[in-house]
Amino acid sequence: MKARVHITLKTGVLDPQGKAIEKTLANLGFGGINTVRQGKIIELDLAETDPAKAQAQVTSMCEQLLANTVIENYSVELDAAQ
Amino acid sequence: MKAAVVIFPGSNCDRDTLVALERITGRAPVPVWHTETDLPPADLVVLPGGFTYGDYLRAGAMAARAPVMAAVQQRAHDGAFVLGICNGFQMLTETGLLPGALMRNAGLKFICKDVYLSVARTDTPFARAYPAGRPIRLPIAHHDGNYFADDATLERLEGEGRIAFRYVSKDGAADADANPNGSRGNIAGIYSDNLRVLGMMPHPERLIEPALGGSDGRPLFEGLMEALS
Repeated sequence: MKARVHITLKTGVLDPQGKAIEKTLANLGFGGINTVRQGKIIELDLAETDPAKAQAQVTSMCEQLLANTVIENYSVELDAAQ
Repeated sequence: MKAAVVIFPGSNCDRDTLVALERITGRAPVPVWHTETDLPPADLVVLPGGFTYGDYLRAGAMAARAPVMAAVQQRAHDGAFVLGICNGFQMLTETGLLPGALMRNAGLKFICKDVYLSVARTDTPFARAYPAGRPIRLPIAHHDGNYFADDATLERLEGEGRIAFRYVSKDGAADADANPNGSRGNIAGIYSDNLRVLGMMPHPERLIEPALGGSDGRPLFEGLMEALS
């Protein structure tokens, strides 16, 4: 089963990289951008076939390593079709 | 004072730290490789600066989960002195031994320069040899030194006297101009609640002799030696 972890900065945490992207997009002429926040996507190919178990496993990975919950939120997306 | 210096793949201040400790304490510290699961007897465990694992995922994230870190955490819980410098500070926040996180510098650039710091209090084992009321000068060299903690955590750190160093101007003002990296509260270093774990972005080990351009790093180690004697 494939899993995709989305990691984003929590609200209120300054994202200087997002700010720089926002500014450059404005310089390129893109208007109407309220904010840009940059995050990460981590793709995992798991041996686990049970969605509930895979979800629990990846959540534990996020808590222990993939995300720093002091500054980041995470969400897990499972793709059982693959 | 017996010291151990933990070395990880990508550490680059380990040698300076080993030399500084030997010069100041007169006793050779023990280098410890990150795959060890035990630490030698030591009053002080140092996590040195560097760019362990290429700062992949987050600065210090991989090193914080290295085999040796369980022993480092155990020592900290047992009351040993633990000093994390630069990447070592990032590891201490990643393990949860210190609160908050170190994020990309607000200006997005790697910064390598000397900065002035106020020593927030001089009654701790780490800071007791610093004179009160005078800023000190130490180098910083980092890309991810932007200290973040939420409001409640900052308030707690302030209330419990756990701020160790702040970035200040030459005359001691902790203002935005003196803040090199966007750290909240101009924070450059913090203590654990028992004041025995210190994480700091500046490098005391790099300025221990006038011949190196200054010696404001020296009192940190001297103070600790006094506290232990």
